[in-house]
Amino acid sequence: MAGKEDLKLLGLLVSPFVIRVRMALSMKGLNYEYVEEDIFNKSELLIKLNPVHKKVPVLIHNGKPICESLVIVQYVDELFAGRAILPTDPYERATALFWAAYIEDKLSPAWIGILKAKAEEERAEKVKETLAAIEHVEVAFAKCSNGNAFFGGDSIGYFDIVLGSFLFWFEALRRMYGLEIINTSKTPLLAAWAERFRGSVEAKEVVPEADKAVQYANKLHAATAAAVKLVSSE
Amino acid sequence: MDHHLEQQAAESEKKAVKLLGMWASPYVLQVRWALAMKGVEYEYVEEDLRSKSAQLLAYNPVHKKVPVLVYHGRPIAESQVILEFIDDAWNHRGDPILPRDPYRRAMARFWARFKQDKLSPPIWRWFTTEGEEQEAAYEAAVEQLLVLEKELAVSGKPFFGGEKVGFVDLSLSPLAYVIPIYEEIVTGGGGGGVKMVTEEKMPSLAAWMGRFLSSPAVRGHLPPLEKLRPRCQAMREAFLVSARAKVEQQQQQ
Repeated sequence: MAGKEDLKLLGLLVSPFVIRVRMALSMKGLNYEYVEEDIFNKSELLIKLNPVHKKVPVLIHNGKPICESLVIVQYVDELFAGRAILPTDPYERATALFWAAYIEDKLSPAWIGILKAKAEEERAEKVKETLAAIEHVEVAFAKCSNGNAFFGGDSIGYFDIVLGSFLFWFEALRRMYGLEIINTSKTPLLAAWAERFRGSVEAKEVVPEADKAVQYANKLHAATAAAVKLVSSE
Repeated sequence: MDHHLEQQAAESEKKAVKLLGMWASPYVLQVRWALAMKGVEYEYVEEDLRSKSAQLLAYNPVHKKVPVLVYHGRPIAESQVILEFIDDAWNHRGDPILPRDPYRRAMARFWARFKQDKLSPPIWRWFTTEGEEQEAAYEAAVEQLLVLEKELAVSGKPFFGGEKVGFVDLSLSPLAYVIPIYEEIVTGGGGGGVKMVTEEKMPSLAAWMGRFLSSPAVRGHLPPLEKLRPRCQAMREAFLVSARAKVEQQQQQ
């Protein structure tokens, strides 16, 4: 059990990247101070601690900042005893890291691109990319899970957190655009896994309702539209 | 007797470890240097990326790229993942690739991602464009390089990994030998013109480049500069020709 550690997390309730970190901290039984950032009005603290990206999450441990969700999750896993988040076998760990990198490099920009698309053509392109990427992940799940409930075994682990943190946003995209990224016919294994993930104690603790994500998306779109109006009215 | 056993061990290791690579790939070189740091024997297979082998497609169906490290028949792809694996699998041997301290490990992973996400794209754009687009890319690249410069200068250490070459140095390695080639090609090799890393603006980075290339792991397997130069030149020309053709096409519409 972790002793008294000085942990502070700068975050955003609807950020899947922040949720990954919250799940990892919770899995290790760690207490921390949570600070909600206003992304439309970033605090000086955030800018000072993450000058390179100016993004959340930022974990501050004993005064030292750590940025980038995947880096933070690995840090928490390596430093604190208790439940293992990443696999302990080097090859299995490499496999988990490979798929996390795939999620970050291919899946993440694609689905976020659906939200940020400024034209229908662009959105359609991003939808295609997202669906192509998720197909690869379905294959990965079949191979890695070996019939188990989650990617790494019978309990939630690193890759489950990395992908699972996106699920409420996938639901938001379904409500906004009628798009099903994971569905029972095309990606049956992931669909079943998603049910299990959503129903887990770990997820229920920190994952918000999809409506919160929809609200945030609307706010983002309104802000972008306002900015465009401002620029074009100059 | 001891020597014979050692030899046997080396030979069986060579059978257990295979690397699929391509001579020009900086990602493959990083892996070769990491394996050298750990004194690992391996079989190297040169891939023709224009005609990918069945082996490569089977081992890396998702990306179809090199490097792929095959360990006892099981493949690992993505250079950063491979470097961590090498460090894990041979952590009892040679120098550590990632620092041992968890906070420093986190910083190392952060800087490796920084290079991929923030530094490589503008450098590539600078090399493959001209005119205003190139100027903007140049400014963006320099801005990010200065971030690295500050990081190294503040640490006061010879390498990003500290006293010795480490994970971040390996991840940044293309900067050490590809940028000078790009600088030559972009300025037409006539001297003068635009340099990206100067001793004046980035003294720590400039010194690191030479130091990195003469470090023990790298010295044993130098990047093939002579072959790389014409290849890079051809790449830049291909991109410029294609971009100019697009512009012409748009103007004719």
